[in-house]
Amino acid sequence: MNQETNGKAPILEADHVTKRFGRITALEDVSMRVHASEILCVLGDNGAGKSTLIKTLSGVHPPDEGRLLVDGEPVRFSSPRDALARGIATVYQDLAMVPMLSVVRNFFLGAEPTRGVGPLRRLDLREAEEVVRVELGRMGVELRDMSVPVSALSGGQRQALAIARAIHFGARVLVLDEPTSALGVKQAGIVLRYVMEARARGCGVILITHNPHHAHMVGDRFTILSRGRCEGTFTKAEITRDELVRRMAGGEELEQLQHELRAS
Amino acid sequence: MSVRKWLVRPELGVVAAVVAAWLFFAVTAGDSGFLTLSGTASYLAIAAELGILAAPVALLMIAGEFDLSIGSTMAASGMTVALCTTELGWPLWAGIAAAAALAACVGLVNGLIVTRTRLPSFIVTLGTLFILAGGTIGTTRLITGRTQVGGLEDAGGFGTAQKLFAGQIGPFSITLLWWVGLTALATWVLVRTRPGNWIFAVGGAPDAARRLGIPVDRVKILLFMTTALAACLVATFQTVQFRGTDVLRGTGKELEAILAAVLGGTLLTGGRGSVIGAACGALLFGMVQQGIVFSGVDSDWYKVFLGAVLILAVLLNSSVQTRAAEARR
Repeated sequence: MNQETNGKAPILEADHVTKRFGRITALEDVSMRVHASEILCVLGDNGAGKSTLIKTLSGVHPPDEGRLLVDGEPVRFSSPRDALARGIATVYQDLAMVPMLSVVRNFFLGAEPTRGVGPLRRLDLREAEEVVRVELGRMGVELRDMSVPVSALSGGQRQALAIARAIHFGARVLVLDEPTSALGVKQAGIVLRYVMEARARGCGVILITHNPHHAHMVGDRFTILSRGRCEGTFTKAEITRDELVRRMAGGEELEQLQHELRAS
Repeated sequence: MSVRKWLVRPELGVVAAVVAAWLFFAVTAGDSGFLTLSGTASYLAIAAELGILAAPVALLMIAGEFDLSIGSTMAASGMTVALCTTELGWPLWAGIAAAAALAACVGLVNGLIVTRTRLPSFIVTLGTLFILAGGTIGTTRLITGRTQVGGLEDAGGFGTAQKLFAGQIGPFSITLLWWVGLTALATWVLVRTRPGNWIFAVGGAPDAARRLGIPVDRVKILLFMTTALAACLVATFQTVQFRGTDVLRGTGKELEAILAAVLGGTLLTGGRGSVIGAACGALLFGMVQQGIVFSGVDSDWYKVFLGAVLILAVLLNSSVQTRAAEARR
């Protein structure tokens, strides 16, 4: 599952991408790729360039140098909708949900199924509920009542809903922005299971996180981002969790800090 | 629906308040006419006019915006109808069409300024409230030298308009039918159509709505036009009923409509609310205003009562909803 090529072109590839804002270089010469049924974890601390990377992959910012490729073909996304049309779906931390609106209405927000014509065109809520039930069921989530507001769901369930929605609307690559960051241990574990579920269903997943423990549990490959640069990509066989933690924390700096704390 | 589901409905507080107010006045003013058919008709007529304003105001507030300009829009629309017919000699229907066009423009301008400049709609429509109020007084005095215009009954088509806008069904005003119809329509749009879903999203999570491709600005602009057109409709009712109008007609209606919507469980911050609730809010308003008269208390006092009821109803709503939401987890 985690072979470098699989014999097929990666679904999404960033090829020597550089992105600058004025005189600040947010991303420099970043390359990465994700295949179908693969989880690529992008690890980085605050300010490493994670959010710029997400925005570049999802079509918000075009890269200044380098290129993006979908199925091996160079592309230039004109907007997030354009990226979405090519199957690149980004799940942001706010999940693009309206807290006071029901599960079903959130799932279909902006793409509501309707019946009837002309002025009698109306929501097809029964059809919508059935779709949501099936899609959530495939993620392993059972909800008794689809009309509860999203604010009544747990953090993990909300994440599942967002992922299920992205897959339902044709995502082949899921870009997940820190899906576990605001969650407790148990909920984070549940979310990681959903991420693996998405992989099992054939999605390529780019999991962006600052948590090496979470990443190592589910990732097939790991790219470490630091100050806008790629600090190396490793397969799971090539790197242990401790090594990942050490590299993430900037290894020597942490040891230095430990030394200083002990001294004082 | 389970009991808990009813408890978290936004209309709960106002329905309780309507029942309480009715019982209160039935006891204190039952023998002076509150319970009679004509007594009922008198508060329903007030509720109908306010309710027609409150329904679109609730939709706009759910979408996260205010419209303070509807009071002045009423004055301007009513005066447009009156001046077009009495000064220009147009048939009444042409005057009403001109007023509707004016109102649509007011809503369009409100919406465009709010969505383009990102200024709070509270400020923008407060500005248009004053501009329209002053403009109406200035124009009317410039043309007629007075601030009141009458004599609409001579305009062509007045008879039909009177049946449609100021007629009676038994003791009840025909505006009641308009109110019920428009409330049903607005409710249907809100809970059963795509644009209705978008209204909740636009007010509840505007950034998310935008990212999901919902035309946020268009939704808001259309809602501003709807509130302005509702103001024009109510102004038309009154202008036809009184066969003329006054430059101050509609003063304060913008706040009464917001009051009705908030009584009905609509959040000031957007994202939640109900048209049925706003209708109940309008009903409560009418009931209290007339009930005070029937109970023999000086009617100057009804606003004190309404203000207190507003605070109580909102308090009840929020506390019940907090508890119900907690229980649900």
